[in-house]
Amino acid sequence: MQWLFEPPSIRDMAPGTKVLVYAILTFWTAFVLFPIYWVLITSFKSAIDVNSGPVYLPFVDFQPSLHAWKELFVFDFWDTLSAYMNSLIIALSATAASVIIGSMASYALARFEYQPRFGVVFMFVLVMIGAFFTVGRYGVDWRLSCAAGVAVFYFLARALGRHFKARLSNGDILFWMISQRILAPIVVVVPIYMMFQQVSLLDTHIAIILTYTVINLPIVIWLMYDFFKSIPIDLEECAQLDGATRFRVFLDIVLPLSRSGLAATTLLVMILSWNEYLLALFLSTSRAQTMPILVAAMNAGERGILWWSMSVVIIVMIIPVVILAIILQRYISKGLLLGAVKG
Amino acid sequence: MRPGTPRAAPSIGARERLSDWIDRHSAQVFIWPAVIMILVFSIFPLVASLIMAMSRIRFRGGTYKVRFVWFQNFEKQLFGSEQFHFLGTFNGLGLLGWAIGLAVTLLIAWLAIRYLRGRVTAVGLVGRLFTWGLSLGLGWLFAATLFSGHPFGTLGTTLFYVFVGCGLQFVIGLALAFLCSLPIRGRTFFRVVFFIPLMITPIGVGYAFRMMADTTKGPFSPVWQWAGLGDFAWAADAWAARFFIVIGDSWQWIPFIFVVMLAALESVPRDYVEAAQVDGATSWEIFKDITWPQVLPVAATVLLIRVIEAFKIVDLPNIMTAGGPGIATESMTLHALFAWRSLDLGQSAAVAYLLLFVTVVTCVSFFNLVVLRRVRA
Repeated sequence: MQWLFEPPSIRDMAPGTKVLVYAILTFWTAFVLFPIYWVLITSFKSAIDVNSGPVYLPFVDFQPSLHAWKELFVFDFWDTLSAYMNSLIIALSATAASVIIGSMASYALARFEYQPRFGVVFMFVLVMIGAFFTVGRYGVDWRLSCAAGVAVFYFLARALGRHFKARLSNGDILFWMISQRILAPIVVVVPIYMMFQQVSLLDTHIAIILTYTVINLPIVIWLMYDFFKSIPIDLEECAQLDGATRFRVFLDIVLPLSRSGLAATTLLVMILSWNEYLLALFLSTSRAQTMPILVAAMNAGERGILWWSMSVVIIVMIIPVVILAIILQRYISKGLLLGAVKG
Repeated sequence: MRPGTPRAAPSIGARERLSDWIDRHSAQVFIWPAVIMILVFSIFPLVASLIMAMSRIRFRGGTYKVRFVWFQNFEKQLFGSEQFHFLGTFNGLGLLGWAIGLAVTLLIAWLAIRYLRGRVTAVGLVGRLFTWGLSLGLGWLFAATLFSGHPFGTLGTTLFYVFVGCGLQFVIGLALAFLCSLPIRGRTFFRVVFFIPLMITPIGVGYAFRMMADTTKGPFSPVWQWAGLGDFAWAADAWAARFFIVIGDSWQWIPFIFVVMLAALESVPRDYVEAAQVDGATSWEIFKDITWPQVLPVAATVLLIRVIEAFKIVDLPNIMTAGGPGIATESMTLHALFAWRSLDLGQSAAVAYLLLFVTVVTCVSFFNLVVLRRVRA
């Protein structure tokens, strides 16, 4: 028995251990793949095949039919297509926006030094709360109130700003931005709904894109910060001495150097915004409806759950993410997200 | 452009002047878009939903009336008629309940005394007071419900998802990553396959697992029939339903931990490991003394990200069990969503705010007391 678990050499494993490792990995492969397989074959089943008990193998146990695919792509073609296009537009734009804005911000935090006075920040929050209060309590027009708030804050900051001594550091700003991710969407979704109602942007792409951009900003900032921090500053200084502007430096030196982090972050943000459900549920009704809402809606109706149609949608929904993953794969050289979370 | 650099010819165009201005103010230009967006989407919604959480909103024939009621909504959740729903049913403490409650109290008292004897700062003390208060409250909550044989509410359920779910996902994800970092063939295959669940929409995962778990028509129904459990339904038993949701959630999120931890494990220098192997260390010793300390910072961060996301769980319970049986699998987000659907906006916002409080205290405590002190110290 001993030889089974005795490694023959340093770089090799004992046969017993090897068998055990493969057994575990195979088991997990089955655990991961089986639900996907089941969804895949369910999409080719007819209602009778689903409801009369389990059948496992196409052509052996049951005759696969394309009725669910047809139903979705022939009869409901425009509904499906519009939801799909909505989802694509929203997810891609939100991903692009949050990656661009977020990496700009985290680059700024990694390179510049900010020292906002604590008192000024506090004053801003107080003035803004006052502005909301006047809107809520006395029914002042919100545009007027916000403009007045900003003006009041500007003059107060001018007049009193110098007297505050305590300052915040980059670390505080970073922590504040990242901590926004802790905000559960359910806390802010109703006010965001009201906000978009005020500017009559409900059920439009732009509303959902903006919201997704903001909820994903903290993730981008968090993951990109350490990447930017680890880029040697000499390179940038050289370029600046040669007369390059900050934007040139950022675009031509910093971003290419951190592309593996960018690729991983983009993929993660894309997955999150492609699959988001709760905010889309509130912010879209018909025109801007996204795919997750469409899937969830398969449950409603008097026919019960349409398992076969739902399976089709689930499979169709994986495709863009897989394509993006394949495209980004070659940039994610080795450590997916690693430099990011190394700390 | 730096202050010392000579300016270009005096007749510079508007475009150059603009780009020059942007360059001189780049520190501002880079950060303000993000700051403004986060401000707009956080200050106003936070204040507005706090006001909502403190009001009673009645809809009557197309219009609505708002009445400010201070903390009545919170009171109703914590002590009033909604207590059973949010906290759980309290009906006297059992023997085990007393034991657990006292143990938690003693533990926190010990921690408090140990801290107060050392160096005390104002911020540190206030932060710790929140941490201790919340842990004490939660300790007694579970002592009075779970350990005394009474059902707990949505707060307990959410914490169950967070701690049991994230713990399970972390252990399994780490174990799989470790196995895939061993020198075996077919690593690329396993790596790709194990990543797939992350790409599937959570709603889809919910429905897929509902099909899996169906004991009459699902793929495993012959097994259930054979075991004599043909009429058993996962969604009908409180604990089975909760574990059912944790399994679905884990199936989706283990890949995330797996991918990050695999990258971390592979970046551990080979020389260290080989040197230890030459010295005759066992695999367990190598893992414990060499690999683990190297990957600990990544592990802490990835766990923190996962915990933050886990507090927001809503799609899976909504799809898989609709919060049932009763309220057994209802997470706090789902609780708030249901309250919102029944047009009880005040209660909905109150529950959401309580969720925010619990999340912030847990995550900030974890970050300050574990990540900053133990891991990066």
